Amino acid sequence: MQAPVVDELRRILSAEAVIADEESLRAYECDGLSAYRALPGVVVLPDTVAQVQQILRLCYQHHIPVVARGAGTGLSGGALPVRGGLVLSLAKFTRVLNIDPVNRTVRVEPGVRNITLSEVGEEYGLFYAPDPSSQIACTIGGNVAENSGGVHCLKYGLTVHNILALKVVTIEGDLLTIGCGALDASGYDLLALLTGSEGMLGVIVEVTVKLIPKPQYAQVALAAFDQVEAAGRAVAAIIASGIIPAGLEMMDQAAVRAAEAFVHAGYPTGAKAILLCELDGTPDEVAEEMRDVQAVLLGSGAAHIQIAADEAERQRFWAGRKAAFPAVGRIARDYYCMDGTIPRRYLAEVLTRVSQLSSEYALPIVNVFHAGDGNLHPLILYDVNAPGELQKAEALGGKILEVCVAVGGTVTGEHGVGVEKLNQMCVQFNADELAQFHAIKTAFDSEGLLNPGKAVPTLRRCAEFGAMHVHEGMLAFPHLERF
Amino acid sequence: MPSPDQIQKELKQRVEAAYVAGQPLCIRGGGTKAFYGREVGPSQMLDVRSYSGIIAYEPTELVITARAGTTIDEIEETLAERGQMLAFEPPHFGEAATLGGTVACGLSGPRRPYVGPLRDFVLGIRCLAGTGKVLHFGGQVMKNVAGYDVSRLFAGALGTLGVLLEVTLKVQPMPKLEVTLQGKAALKEAIQSMNRWAGQPLPLSGSTCDGAYLTVRLSGNGSAVEQALRRLDLERVCESGAYWLAVREQRLAFFADEAPLWRLSVPPACNPLDVPGRWLLDWGGAQRWLTTNAPYETVRAAAREAGGHATLFRGGDRQGEVFDPLAPALARLHRRLKAAFDPRGILNPGRMYRDL
Repeated sequence: MQAPVVDELRRILSAEAVIADEESLRAYECDGLSAYRALPGVVVLPDTVAQVQQILRLCYQHHIPVVARGAGTGLSGGALPVRGGLVLSLAKFTRVLNIDPVNRTVRVEPGVRNITLSEVGEEYGLFYAPDPSSQIACTIGGNVAENSGGVHCLKYGLTVHNILALKVVTIEGDLLTIGCGALDASGYDLLALLTGSEGMLGVIVEVTVKLIPKPQYAQVALAAFDQVEAAGRAVAAIIASGIIPAGLEMMDQAAVRAAEAFVHAGYPTGAKAILLCELDGTPDEVAEEMRDVQAVLLGSGAAHIQIAADEAERQRFWAGRKAAFPAVGRIARDYYCMDGTIPRRYLAEVLTRVSQLSSEYALPIVNVFHAGDGNLHPLILYDVNAPGELQKAEALGGKILEVCVAVGGTVTGEHGVGVEKLNQMCVQFNADELAQFHAIKTAFDSEGLLNPGKAVPTLRRCAEFGAMHVHEGMLAFPHLERF
Repeated sequence: MPSPDQIQKELKQRVEAAYVAGQPLCIRGGGTKAFYGREVGPSQMLDVRSYSGIIAYEPTELVITARAGTTIDEIEETLAERGQMLAFEPPHFGEAATLGGTVACGLSGPRRPYVGPLRDFVLGIRCLAGTGKVLHFGGQVMKNVAGYDVSRLFAGALGTLGVLLEVTLKVQPMPKLEVTLQGKAALKEAIQSMNRWAGQPLPLSGSTCDGAYLTVRLSGNGSAVEQALRRLDLERVCESGAYWLAVREQRLAFFADEAPLWRLSVPPACNPLDVPGRWLLDWGGAQRWLTTNAPYETVRAAAREAGGHATLFRGGDRQGEVFDPLAPALARLHRRLKAAFDPRGILNPGRMYRDL
């Protein structure tokens, strides 16, 4: 980074809010996808919106690439720095600005953690629905940038469905208000466009989220199946019966065994697959729907169904699911996590295909995923020290995503493209569509300075390849639940 | 009858030719919402009605894909046969209403505050950009973060970004039971009640107030609705379906007024606004219909003051701005975004804003 720019940044901010020494910069060289690293030239930690505007104007003037960063828990490398560029940390933007229990909204700064939103709503009987598994650490700004989901989005929607307004600073330093305190705003639906735009279009400096009433009661059923295919069919059958569960998750035998060994959730380790189906509402409503769900599960070939006897057992059933990624990390040297989403009716077929691919490539695969949404997370187990195995895992992962696209699905359901799935984007979109994405980017950021190189591949880049690798279970933030 | 492929090819050629000639096009479906938005200046009509038909409907997926010229009636009838519905209850404003026009206008009915707006249900689109290129965004799955969310951007864009060819929508099971309740209430009191209930886990699916009566709809499985019924101090009304249809289709006597009709979108709990005229509150107070001859700036200022915005929905001057004007930086961004999709500005120019 040129010294005059660093000096100018120190004039805009206090001296300790500008990090330029290599040792301190190391902490910012990756996000949750730690296989990708790049040392930034400078990291800034502004405290006010006016400072963010000044910083971006300076970057625009000097043509410096900018990567905005929240908690850095993302799984696709969305917050990976540009080598030598500027990282704009929103870590100081942690204020809850306004709670409006009557209109059921909370206005916060982007560095506020996801869990805080529900904690703030608690005393009013309200909560913030999207619950990514990293919710104790991840920030709302990052959630908006990635359009984060979670276990409950089947019923309550993704981030895009649960926010009302944003304040965004453009690369030119303009402060935009997108949306308002009402349920919609005039003009184009930029709120939808900005959500999930992976920091490519603007820097989020304020978020207004919607809170919803907390359901009175929740109940979970654990169904064991002798065949993976039958479990896949049961998922489609539950949805077809007119019930929208609050959560509908699936784990195959390998995942069940790994989780059971790790957290002793009480899972049936003899089952080929299990489903966890959560219902919420009034106690009577849940009881009525639970009867229907049980009938559907039995009709789909469930060998055994267990309803959590009490809240402690419900929590235990979920603990196994939430610990599945770290549990797999204990049985494999390295794993590579996929995030494809498919139409639910192809679950059985795609899982069979995934299993065939696993045999062909001689690499084990563990399946644990959001079945109700059709959002797969196959974990490919490999050993980075075995010659050629890493490349084999990457090739296998690419094949799986291609299968997802072939049945009408998508290469990423909730983790984002980041730097990880640039190659697979070329499978899903043609050159005209990618060109349209670039045109949108240019409309916001004519110089291509915001998070350059992420989310949308250049056509040249389409020939290259990238992937998420977890070395020896060393996912960044290993204490966080991942699912 | 030409095949859908042939029709799509013709539409594509029309847009390509208009792009080359710089010829403005006015995109039209059933014409049921032609009153909405601004008048488009001199232009050629691009009728998309013939590009119609349901392409795929998978009840177990809760997903339907249809061509833009398909009528909303046909889609809703098809869904109803399998016990499903468009949860956002789009207003039709006539039986000719098409899927494309409905998505382009982005309007939602009484259930909107409880299930989400039309745009939440848009999963994917195929469209013709202003260059005549056929582009596909989103898909058929619930969760999809690959690329920018162009599909939802098209909802409510009034055809100014592209010509919708096909749309994939998420659908929902119909509730097992729906009941409507009513009680006497003035606006202020009704706003308080509606918002108090909206903060509780009740199966609400509609709430309106016309200044004399507060009307509430509950939807869900039997026990949830029965329990809620006991908690609300309101009287159960028979034949409730007709009322909500009349709200959605603006067939209540309220809408027969000669004065311009405004739609104010405001934070739901805000107090009644001080603008003379007749009011009808929907969406639990978040959408407020107003018929008034008050100056436009008075209406807009009141909506903005409350934290929302006002649209001149029907009637009045359709050559002036009908949507709340954008802040300069935002307006500039809108123009750049429009140009990114429609570089020669030929698609419904001026329908949303004069210079867009």
